[in-house]
Amino acid sequence: MLNVDDLSVWFGQAPDRVTAVHDATFDVAPGESFGLVGESGSGKSTILRAIAGLIPGWSGRIAVDGQAQAGDRRDRAFFRTVQMVFQDPYASLHPRHSVDAVLAETLRLQGMDRIDQRIVTLLDDVGLGRGFRFRYPHQLSGGQRQRVAIARALAAEPRLLLLDEPTSALDVSVQAEILNLLADLREEHGLTYLMVSHDLSVIAHMCDRLAVMQQGRIVEILPAARLRQGQGSTPYTTQLIAASAGYKAEVARPLRWPPKTGH
Amino acid sequence: MTEPLLSVRDLRVTFPTRQGEFQAVRGIDFDLGRERLGVVGESGSGKSMTGRAILGLVRPPGRVEAARMELEGQSILNLPDRQMRAIRGGRISMVMQDPKFSLNPVMTVGQQIIEAYRLHARAPRAAARDKALQMLEAVQIRDPERVMDSYPHQVSGGMGQRIMIAMMLAPNPQILIADEPTSALDVSVRTEVLHIMDRLVRDRGMGLIFISHDLNLVAQFCDRVLIMYAGRVVETLPARDLHRAQHPYTRGLLNSLPRLDAPVDRLPVLERQDSWKGL
Amino acid sequence: MSAMTRPPESRRDWLLSDAPQTRRQARLGAIYQGWLTFRANRLAMVGLIVLVVLIGMAILAPWISPQNPYAQNLANRLQPPSAAHWLGTDALGRDILSRLIHGSRITLFIVGTVALIAPVIGLLIGTVAGFAGGWVDQVLMRVTDIFLAFPKLILALAFVAALGPSIGNAVLALALTAWPPYARLARAETLTIRNADFIAAARLQGAGRLRLLIRHIWPLCLSSLIVRVALDMAGIILSAAGLGFLGLGAQPPLPEWGAMISDGRGYILDFWWVAAMPGIAIFLVSMAFNLLGDGLRDVLDPKGDKS
Repeated sequence: MLNVDDLSVWFGQAPDRVTAVHDATFDVAPGESFGLVGESGSGKSTILRAIAGLIPGWSGRIAVDGQAQAGDRRDRAFFRTVQMVFQDPYASLHPRHSVDAVLAETLRLQGMDRIDQRIVTLLDDVGLGRGFRFRYPHQLSGGQRQRVAIARALAAEPRLLLLDEPTSALDVSVQAEILNLLADLREEHGLTYLMVSHDLSVIAHMCDRLAVMQQGRIVEILPAARLRQGQGSTPYTTQLIAASAGYKAEVARPLRWPPKTGH
Repeated sequence: MTEPLLSVRDLRVTFPTRQGEFQAVRGIDFDLGRERLGVVGESGSGKSMTGRAILGLVRPPGRVEAARMELEGQSILNLPDRQMRAIRGGRISMVMQDPKFSLNPVMTVGQQIIEAYRLHARAPRAAARDKALQMLEAVQIRDPERVMDSYPHQVSGGMGQRIMIAMMLAPNPQILIADEPTSALDVSVRTEVLHIMDRLVRDRGMGLIFISHDLNLVAQFCDRVLIMYAGRVVETLPARDLHRAQHPYTRGLLNSLPRLDAPVDRLPVLERQDSWKGL
Repeated sequence: MSAMTRPPESRRDWLLSDAPQTRRQARLGAIYQGWLTFRANRLAMVGLIVLVVLIGMAILAPWISPQNPYAQNLANRLQPPSAAHWLGTDALGRDILSRLIHGSRITLFIVGTVALIAPVIGLLIGTVAGFAGGWVDQVLMRVTDIFLAFPKLILALAFVAALGPSIGNAVLALALTAWPPYARLARAETLTIRNADFIAAARLQGAGRLRLLIRHIWPLCLSSLIVRVALDMAGIILSAAGLGFLGLGAQPPLPEWGAMISDGRGYILDFWWVAAMPGIAIFLVSMAFNLLGDGLRDVLDPKGDKS
């Protein structure tokens, strides 16, 4: 479904060029749910954005359905295959567009027919119902907004969803609802997920396999089952697992020392 | 039992809105001793507003009312601004969520700590500088001299939060209110910051109010936990007993977290009930 | 009547509903919310009322003005305010009140035209520059800088001097000199908006650049531009009056307020009302626009949305 080979991503022009991702390689099989996990600045979201065509500067190979992509140009077929859900549902919905306007525009752009009917179906699919159709983002809670964002991503009936920390801005109880929704949708529509998160337990819950990232590099790729057993094959993964298990006064010690300064 | 540091009875915070009055905090009671008290709840539960109310940081038209709000027996409810400023920072300090927004971007770290300290301690500049260095060392910043001269944008998030803690603890307050102090930080850095806070609070015999949405973290870090829902405390229990919580809301929150060690196919979803809101 | 057949909820509840059932209800609700916010600002309401009165005056000028604004009566010149001439008469014996009432049409014409032209030019140039970036941005912004480098009134003077003095040319000159700040503002807004996630999301749906610009970026830039225009109106009225005062705007005998002050200048010590009355009118209208702009800021600032 998705092949990423030797992907390096950078920002800026030659002298001030900052490379955010180094030589990332992984494959996602059709129907699989693959996770990218790491701390902030590890480059996990950058990979997602490069795949989506939101970043022009990258080298290596990105292929979706065997179709190699180039730069930040993507064709119509790509947008019908790949869609993305963003981290912050407060930033990913246009503040002056109602739910109806968002979905109608999306459906029209994707060249769909029977738009009225589809909007209702989409809202039902994400568990909102038609009562939400004419609301503006400020009339929605964070979880409801994220459902709208998911509905928007599903409008084109894509097969690969890029999920960029879809629940990190939400309360835990709402997170559970959204994660369940994503799991249900995957089953119903036979979707493939590429999910980014800093939360190991969320990734372990949602994904079959995952890549652990540190400072722009993939440290290792392992099945979620191994993660649950706390069996990382690199020290970094092991430390990450230990740190995310919570706070224990006795074992509290810095992971990285000295802490890096600046950016 | 000795007299509590902070004693709060029937605290209410009210905001007028177009649809009538909205009570963000609806009558909560608690006492804080020299302990780590966790306040847990989801967004909108009133947990942050409780912290702000104690510090007199609720802006009009919001109103704070309470039957009692005493710091070591002295009422601090709706004090005039001048007196409140002396207490805020001097006797009660607050660490906010994101150091990026709480540090002044155009002053060096050193200047800010020195200023904050001198505001309350009236110490000469040289003494304040020594104190600032000492505090930076206390929060385990290596090379404090260099950090003193750097600007907030030159330090990482975890370092920024440690600087905030250094700044807030310099005047030696009796109570520290930490509002989600680690949610903007990575897990590895989080452990570090918590450890520092833990040690400082314990060594100095301070009272800590730790406001967070993260149940597990609070369970591991605090002594006692208040669980808030819709502006009220639904349950108070010792942190180590959190996993034996009785209230369905607390149980629901705990269950809705995915866990590494206990995989499930579907996460249990919290079914909110109106009865939890009480009154 | 119709209220009997409605469901029990009041019209207010229907408008303020958090769960609108139709597109129309949602839109009307949003407008009503804005109106409530605006109404809460007392001073802005004062501004609005003054402007409504001004517009009413302009529309009804021929019917409400007590005299013909052009009718000279040299026997009756420079009369102080009295029952016959509420605001007195000018050097040619014309009724000042009638001239002010008719002059409101000219003021509104100037203000309205400039408010239509300048922000539109500014919006186009600013958003295109901000959104396209690169050399397009460089070229457009340098042009803007060149316009900004001259004081507005001087530039307008130069335009009018080149085009010949008339009210139409004055408006054109004002509009052509007023757009650069709007372009700057629109560009700054565009730069922050264009990296927002909702723009990225729209791109992922295959939205072209033109659509992003018109459907997604313009609506957000527009609100701050509207506020800015309302606040700038006072300056535009004053500039128009300034051109009139210098004899480069409306030509006699048109009752333009700035020109009226200019006419009264010669008698200001002995017959103060001739210059003071139009001066007060300019002051009132400028202030009204300022207050209105302040109120609009409360309503239109996207950060002011309740979240």
